[in-house]
Amino acid sequence: MKTVQFTAKFEHLDEIREFVGAIARDGGFSDKDVYNIQLATDEAASNIIEHAYEKVPNGILELSCGVRDNQITIVLTDRGESFDPSEIPLPDLKADLSNRKIGGLGIFLMRKLMDEVHYEAKSDQSNILTMTKRKR
Amino acid sequence: MDITVQEFKHCDMITVKGRVDSATAPQLAQALEAANDGGKYKLVVNMSELEYMSSAGFRALLAAQRNSKRYNRGEVVLASVPERIREALELAGFTELFKTFDDPLQAVGHF
Repeated sequence: MKTVQFTAKFEHLDEIREFVGAIARDGGFSDKDVYNIQLATDEAASNIIEHAYEKVPNGILELSCGVRDNQITIVLTDRGESFDPSEIPLPDLKADLSNRKIGGLGIFLMRKLMDEVHYEAKSDQSNILTMTKRKR
Repeated sequence: MDITVQEFKHCDMITVKGRVDSATAPQLAQALEAANDGGKYKLVVNMSELEYMSSAGFRALLAAQRNSKRYNRGEVVLASVPERIREALELAGFTELFKTFDDPLQAVGHF
């Protein structure tokens, strides 16, 4: 696993996508999978920056990523407000335009695009989001 | 990300190039709002040179679609949506909310 740290700012999303994209590509994932892995990681990081670190100015977002046994694992660690994606209601994708909810879409995409999404709020105040996806 | 606006007789075309994420989506939202504020509600979003769009971009499109369709005054349509972006829009259930066209001029002709 390779690990990098970013200050929790949206302007680092480009680098965050590049980091996981390069590892996924080197690991032999298809262009489609690489795109979707980047999208899921972007959504996860955006949620942390927007929600976990909403009230924290220079929060640190740690990102680890590696491929092993045909599976990519992405781990995002923050020390902000705990924010369990599984507790966020799924958006109603059948709702018409006026009733369509804006929130929850990023989390929905993470779950759809990755095989597994696991969240853990640790007693040492860190929150760990782990996502995996197998090569097809 | 780079945005250009082109005026046609019956609609405006907003061409978005590059990558739309949480950092750049506010610029897209602003461009769409500026069009609406200028009384333009018939909008083509040309995605032919768009490389990437996260849900932050989807949200900007949704807000613009809501505002444009109000009082039946117009709508936002999407043109030349790249495959990966179309797949994500589909997953999010957004393809039902927007007419899509393979070609930007075909989209312009829709209005």
